[in-house]
Amino acid sequence: MALRKKTGATEAREKLFDRVFKPQEMLLPNGHSVMRPRSRLPLIWGVILIAIAWALWFTGFDVSILIERGYQFGVILKRVFTPDMSYLDKVWSPLFDTIKMSVIGSVLGSTLALPFAVLASTNINKSRGVVAVLRVVLNIVRTLPTLVIASIFALIFGLGTFAGTVAITVFTFGIVAKMLYESIETIDMGPFEAMESLGANKFRAFWSACFPQILPTYLSQCLYSFEINVRAAAILGYVGAGGLGILINERIGWRDYESLGTVLLTLFVVVLIIENLSQYLRSKLS
Amino acid sequence: MNNVLEAYQSRPRRWWKTLLVTIIVAIILAWSGSSIEFEGIASKGSEVAYGIVHGIANPDLDLLFGTKNTDVPYLLLETVAIAFLGTIFGGILAVPFSFLASGNIVPKPVAFVVRALILLIRTIPSLVWALVWIRVTGPGAFCGVVTQSICSIGMISKMYITAIEDLDTRILESMDAAGLTAFQKIRYGVLPQLTANFTSTIIYRFDINIKDATTLGIVGAGGIGASLVQCISSRRWSMVGAFLCGMIVLMLVIEFASTRIRRRLAHG
Repeated sequence: MALRKKTGATEAREKLFDRVFKPQEMLLPNGHSVMRPRSRLPLIWGVILIAIAWALWFTGFDVSILIERGYQFGVILKRVFTPDMSYLDKVWSPLFDTIKMSVIGSVLGSTLALPFAVLASTNINKSRGVVAVLRVVLNIVRTLPTLVIASIFALIFGLGTFAGTVAITVFTFGIVAKMLYESIETIDMGPFEAMESLGANKFRAFWSACFPQILPTYLSQCLYSFEINVRAAAILGYVGAGGLGILINERIGWRDYESLGTVLLTLFVVVLIIENLSQYLRSKLS
Repeated sequence: MNNVLEAYQSRPRRWWKTLLVTIIVAIILAWSGSSIEFEGIASKGSEVAYGIVHGIANPDLDLLFGTKNTDVPYLLLETVAIAFLGTIFGGILAVPFSFLASGNIVPKPVAFVVRALILLIRTIPSLVWALVWIRVTGPGAFCGVVTQSICSIGMISKMYITAIEDLDTRILESMDAAGLTAFQKIRYGVLPQLTANFTSTIIYRFDINIKDATTLGIVGAGGIGASLVQCISSRRWSMVGAFLCGMIVLMLVIEFASTRIRRRLAHG
């Protein structure tokens, strides 16, 4: 019913467009004539161009500033690319904090996500109300930016790595739960029904028939979120939640771009290693 | 029946592999857990938690529906404008990068170097880009636009590259055989294969950029983030509630719209 309503609405909209811009009549060689609707592209482009013009005005975009002062960016970049290696000693501890925060956060978040994702998938959980409520909650959790979550938790748990870990847990929970319930909905329910008809309860049936099907996907999603988390954890220190962010904030504040370069270089190397490792593991999983 | 039992009993048992993975994971967890200590809730922690819940339940309505340039609608509009421009510019800037990084268009060494450059852009957190650009543009929405234009290049070109490497080159060969010019080949052979994919990528990135734009405000790059974090640190919870409500609604709407448009693009 809802579906029909929807298509009805789009038809009406298309008709309005076709009423304003009359379809072109084309005569075929065999004497028939067909109506060719006008392209919608000019309209879409028009809207986009107007939106760009409005946004340029609204944000005060000014190319002359970029041209005039753009060299400054080059100056900073040049200093960042000549990293000060003597600073490396001070980078290790926050760097490991960042990695540890993202490891623990990813593990906790993805473990928490599992039961919620199962309850939020329509093929396992038949009560629509619960599914709808859970999905709204998950959506809201996902919309909150990590930095905002971290700054709130830094107030609740005090400054330090614990607040960052909790923030990453919440963030991981949001994305893994969403990806997971989407993939749970695509699994083959045959084995599950077979086990239920043999007398297994819902949990047993899910554990033996569905879990093996989603396990590789689930692990791969956990690794993927871990990849993202390392990069996310690096900036959490900016609001006092531990890790590299503290150093980044401090170095930029002191305009010590050479040391900033060192911090970014180590981050780059770590992200490179972790991404390659996780991509290798994920290719093994699939 | 016997066959089934036999097959079940002779199933591959890689217990040592499982054990190895378990041990490795346990070591990593123990190592990571070592430095993260729960030091109890901060002295006013529970008060903060209560304040947040209370604030979201009772948002400052004047702020939520006001029309001044410090109120939620204006700041949300600014956030959207930043993300929109940043995405468009990023999408345009990413085109040359991604063609230069595709192994089937340019020689392999060139592609490798450009790929490393893209990875570099992607690894540096957007917050750092913003802090560096602020030195050039000064604080404000303008800085946010420039930052997002640069940051978006990383992910957008990564996804463009996949699309470009999947190009069906046989079409171009047959166009060659039919005697088309280079321009015609691009117009009728390349563009139709790429536009849907590129548009989908850009819309997806817009979705991410909206989220990102809210955090960029924290360092002074315009948008809603600055006011939000100020309110959090000065503990005006009803204002925090108003900002969070506005942000959540905006993001839900954008995500819903972007998912629908992308689904239509994918299925025609």
